[in-house]
Amino acid sequence: MKSAGITRWTKAALAMATALFATAAWANPEAWQMTMPEGVTQSSHEVYNLFLISFWVCVGIGIVVYGVMVIAMIRFRKSKGAVAEKWSHNAKLETIWTIIPVLILAGLAWPASGVLTKMADTTDSAMTIKVTGYQWLWRYDYIDYMGKQVDKVGFVSRLAKSSNLARQLDSSHSPWDVKSKSGYHTYLLNVDKPLVLPVGVKIRFLITGGDVIHSWWVPDLGWKMDAIPGIVNAAWTEIKKPGIYRGQCAELCGKDHSAMPIVVKAVPKAQFNRWLAAHESDATLDKVSRTAKAPDGKAKTAGHQG
Amino acid sequence: MAQRSAYFIPTNSPWPMVGCVGIFCTLFGAAHWLNHSHGIGQPLFYAGIAVLLFMMFGWFRSVIHESLKGNYNDQVDTSFRMGMMWFIFSEVMFFGAFFGALFYARILSVPWIGGEGHGILTNAYLWPQYSPAWPTNGPANIGGDFQPMGAWGLALLNTVLLLTSSVTVTIAHHALRSGHRGRLKVFLALTFILGALFVYSQANEYAEAYEHLNLTLQSGIYGSTFFLLTGFHGCHVIIGTTMLIVIWIRVMKGHFDKDNHFAFEAVAWYWHFVDVVWLNLFVFVYVL
Amino acid sequence: MAHAATIDHHEDHGAPKGFVRRWLMSTNHKDIGTMYLIFSCTMFFIGGTFAMLIRGELFEPGLQLMQPVFFNELTTMHGLIMIFGAIMPAFVGLGNWMIPMMVGAGDMALPRMNNWSFWLLPVAFIVLLSTFLLPSGAPAGGWTMYPPLTLQMGDTVAFLIFFVHIAGISSIMGAINIIATILNMRAPGMDLLKMPIFVWSWLITAFLLLAVLPVLAGAVTMLLTDKYFGTSFFNAAGGGDPVMYQHIFWFFGHPEVYIMILPAFGIVSEIVPTFSRKPLFGYKAMVYALACIAFLSFMVWAHHMFTVGLPVGAELFFMYATMLIAVPTGVKIFNWVATMWRGSLSFETPMLFALAFVVLFTLGGFSGIMLALVPADFQYQDTYFVVAHFHYVLVTGSAFAIMAAVYYWLPKWSGNMYSERMGKIHFWISVISVNVLYFPQHFLGLAGMPRRIPDYNVAFADFNMISSIGGFVFGAAQLLLVYNVIHCVYFARKRATERVWEGAHGLEWTVPSPAPHHTFAMPPVIEDSQLAHGDTTH
Ligand code: HEA
Ligand code: HEA
Ligand code: CUA
Ligand SMILES: [Cu+2]
Repeated sequence: MKSAGITRWTKAALAMATALFATAAWANPEAWQMTMPEGVTQSSHEVYNLFLISFWVCVGIGIVVYGVMVIAMIRFRKSKGAVAEKWSHNAKLETIWTIIPVLILAGLAWPASGVLTKMADTTDSAMTIKVTGYQWLWRYDYIDYMGKQVDKVGFVSRLAKSSNLARQLDSSHSPWDVKSKSGYHTYLLNVDKPLVLPVGVKIRFLITGGDVIHSWWVPDLGWKMDAIPGIVNAAWTEIKKPGIYRGQCAELCGKDHSAMPIVVKAVPKAQFNRWLAAHESDATLDKVSRTAKAPDGKAKTAGHQG
Repeated sequence: MAQRSAYFIPTNSPWPMVGCVGIFCTLFGAAHWLNHSHGIGQPLFYAGIAVLLFMMFGWFRSVIHESLKGNYNDQVDTSFRMGMMWFIFSEVMFFGAFFGALFYARILSVPWIGGEGHGILTNAYLWPQYSPAWPTNGPANIGGDFQPMGAWGLALLNTVLLLTSSVTVTIAHHALRSGHRGRLKVFLALTFILGALFVYSQANEYAEAYEHLNLTLQSGIYGSTFFLLTGFHGCHVIIGTTMLIVIWIRVMKGHFDKDNHFAFEAVAWYWHFVDVVWLNLFVFVYVL
Repeated sequence: MAHAATIDHHEDHGAPKGFVRRWLMSTNHKDIGTMYLIFSCTMFFIGGTFAMLIRGELFEPGLQLMQPVFFNELTTMHGLIMIFGAIMPAFVGLGNWMIPMMVGAGDMALPRMNNWSFWLLPVAFIVLLSTFLLPSGAPAGGWTMYPPLTLQMGDTVAFLIFFVHIAGISSIMGAINIIATILNMRAPGMDLLKMPIFVWSWLITAFLLLAVLPVLAGAVTMLLTDKYFGTSFFNAAGGGDPVMYQHIFWFFGHPEVYIMILPAFGIVSEIVPTFSRKPLFGYKAMVYALACIAFLSFMVWAHHMFTVGLPVGAELFFMYATMLIAVPTGVKIFNWVATMWRGSLSFETPMLFALAFVVLFTLGGFSGIMLALVPADFQYQDTYFVVAHFHYVLVTGSAFAIMAAVYYWLPKWSGNMYSERMGKIHFWISVISVNVLYFPQHFLGLAGMPRRIPDYNVAFADFNMISSIGGFVFGAAQLLLVYNVIHCVYFARKRATERVWEGAHGLEWTVPSPAPHHTFAMPPVIEDSQLAHGDTTH
């Protein structure tokens, strides 16, 4: 890892530059990444733009405020013989700098409200997936697709072996050696069974928790939603381009909170249809459960339910 | 506002220290006790309570002495009043948390679990068989079927008891102001007797709940809110009654006069506060 | 009247002899204030040591130092200790020392209760820290103590909850005392609208404390009964709702964060005018802004819950309410800058920390506004972006203000001048390293690193390493603070004058340095000329 270290640091400057100037859209976390991923859905783009707008607005205000401060610190220092004036208020100024922020904020709130209402609208989705968080894995159940019920397609998705070995205290395996075929560092971001989804379909997620609160988050989809025991939350996405999108549980859920990643494998419709057909006929998969039952059969409880 | 008489500052006092020991033993003990039914927890807890009582006794004693010595100027009096007022305010906020829980459950979470509005999916996928209602012990029927506590039995009686008691305490107050000590003693005594009666019938109500209604702490959200709200209120009635008794004893000893009886008023305020909380309880926990 | 008794009690102005009498049984606002400050510093170091362990584990990917559970314990305890042990007691200590001196009171209104408020804190933290010795370990559910996770912890839960109760009682009594002191103990001539801003900020903070700490006590009490008595407040199966806890907690939690910043605003409003040698700009506006922030802080709590699946209407409301707070806060920032404008500035250590506060708190406020945009918060929530946000407002905000206050008032307390050179060294190391520590955490959050994790993907390695290095330096730099204070109190030669700072105004600067054990035996007669805001045309 030492050698890796050196090269990493040399790459750094360049990476930083790209991060700053090009609005580089990362697929998955990259070294020296400094901005939010643009993502692969309409919503994620809009969220990304909100982030940029609010960021630059703050930069603007910052330049003004800090600028004035710096000027004051340079021009009015006692050591330069500045003598203090006595005035201590100015009604006009005070009203101005009460009004202007209000306007700026309104300018920020407006687009935000639009994006929010759109993201909250899960109606007329063509597919439903039920996501259940457990300590410490995710269960996915395919509920319906293109208007018809899907049956017996559901599975649990656990942290992949390679990561699991490397994450043990003083493990002999280095996190740096955990890589995907493409050579991407997947440490703590790879699973045994990814969630396979079609692109170009409005997918509704029903998200709940089996034991404690988790949070289902794939940055490239542009949102996270808490998985709460006893409660079902809804969210939706429509992925634009095929690819592998990685995320993590984003609510403290105990010991292995850092080890229950999410991997979404977005594939073209046709390919997805084949995948689904194959799995529907495949009986080896455990049954779909519409209640929060634990994958390993024994009834873990939503709260103390049961 | 401050008038130009010298500030009164009490000399060093051991009682806060005693209080710290008391609180430590009580709660550290309680924590142990909750986790292990045997062991040092329980004795430590009771020891702590004892120390706390000793602390209050000693602390109030020294305050009473100073006050009788006439050390206190109006400023000190005002400080005490403000102290009591704002303490009661914080108590109000404490009950606020539990009323908040009650309203949240009744107005939002129960209907949602039952599939109304925002909760439609929750109901469809997790609790399909559940339809919202109040009182409820939730879709899992936690604690088994139960009957809610009626409003027009003991609860009504309790309401009457408390309301009269706050009338009697007011009469006592007027008696004190107009210097009718005989009437003062009688009505003050009446007040704490009514308080004690309230506690007694509250106890009966609980017995009733556990033995006949199968209404327990475990009876889902209804049982939870019912017992914590009435329970904490009950504790406050017990405290208030004790304070009334103490005040009564002081009256018998001839303490207080027309215009110098802060302790009495503090207790009266507290009693009215307990009363108001009960009225809300009666309306939102029992009647509605 | 037997005032004779009280008066000759005041004949002697010395401190009582004997450790037990003077400290354990104290009824003196200065001694109690000192104890608060020492306690706070101790907690800052304990919580900081935990932070160092956290940064140590996060220094590179993979687990090196500890098991994940212990990491979660450290995170949880770090948060609790820093908030309830370091920041809040520090402000109470400063209030104890300065408020009576600033309003011309003999002491706090209820001196014995004052002593109790303080000594309950060590009790509370003994209860909390003792959980490390339990077989079940310390609480590991985060300082927010969310159910159901927190209910999974073992024996530790009861201790955690009683810790909250004791600390709460302490703060409530402290708040009552401060309110009574400010409303009832002001000397003639000290009208409300002539009080120093620091006193105003504490008055408003005290009301916040009174309003929300009992609510927290209620919330954790429900946790207690859910765990030990089978109630179902936070269990949907029983008709409750885990989210309900979050609502009640954050109804406390958000005002709590303003409890940790309003006194800081007060401090900065004292220091900036002094070293600008120019009266505070817009005194009244500053007071109204404080009140306005406090008021708004009761209607923004759900901005911590944007991802729990609230109805859209609620999310919109809480987004707007949250953003509104930028307006009064902005007024404060702008007024500080306006105070400096056309002043005659000098840059002693307190001023340096105060200026760093203005710049870096504002930066933390900016990230706050970004967080307030609900759809964007869907991405930021529970990432290091949030961690960066609140450390900017808490460390370079609250903590820097406290350090500024210590340097500013230390000469008045001790009668000696601290070493300006050492002060500046402490400042510059701190202000540089603190940004190395926290700024990269913005990037980590944006790139997708969740908070509360002991281990992470290698993509996050570089910025974590930088952040950790910054953390170690910042931590080590705090040893200088302790050195400076000890040196000033015990070894410094340079005596402080009454006024200490050329531009300082207000009652507290008219009494000798060090301030006598009992400042005022009688309410002083105050002329407006003595006050910073005596001229009511301001
Ligand atoms: C001292 C403590 C403090 C302070 C003062 C603040 C101030 C603010 N905070 Fe922060 N916050 C915390 C402590 C604090 N916060 C903590 C501890 C958490 C995490 C809790 C946890 O989960 O553990 C948190 C989390 C937190 C969240 C939740 C994030 C998440 O978990 O998803 C949000 C979301 O809205 C938020 C927003 C804000 C806003 C809008 C302000 C505003 O008050 C800021 C206002 C200030 C400015 C804006 C700068 C100055 C203004 C101007 C120069 C005027 C012009 C500016 C504009 C027009 C933009 N905070
Ligand atoms: C209230 C104020 C406050 C303060 C002052 C700090 C100070 C610091 N915090 Fe803290 N922090 C919180 C409040 C605060 N924090 C809260 C509320 C959380 C959320 C908890 C949760 O998620 O539940 C949090 C969480 C938190 C995290 C995220 C943990 C996680 O999500 O898993 C991190 C990680 O970097 C961190 C780091 C630090 C560091 C490096 C400091 C440094 O500034 C500390 C510097 C001080 C010292 C180091 C002590 C003094 C020096 C010594 C002890 C000498 C020894 C020093 C050396 C050997 C170098 N904090
Ligand atoms: Cu699951 Cu965190
Ligand atoms: Cu907040």
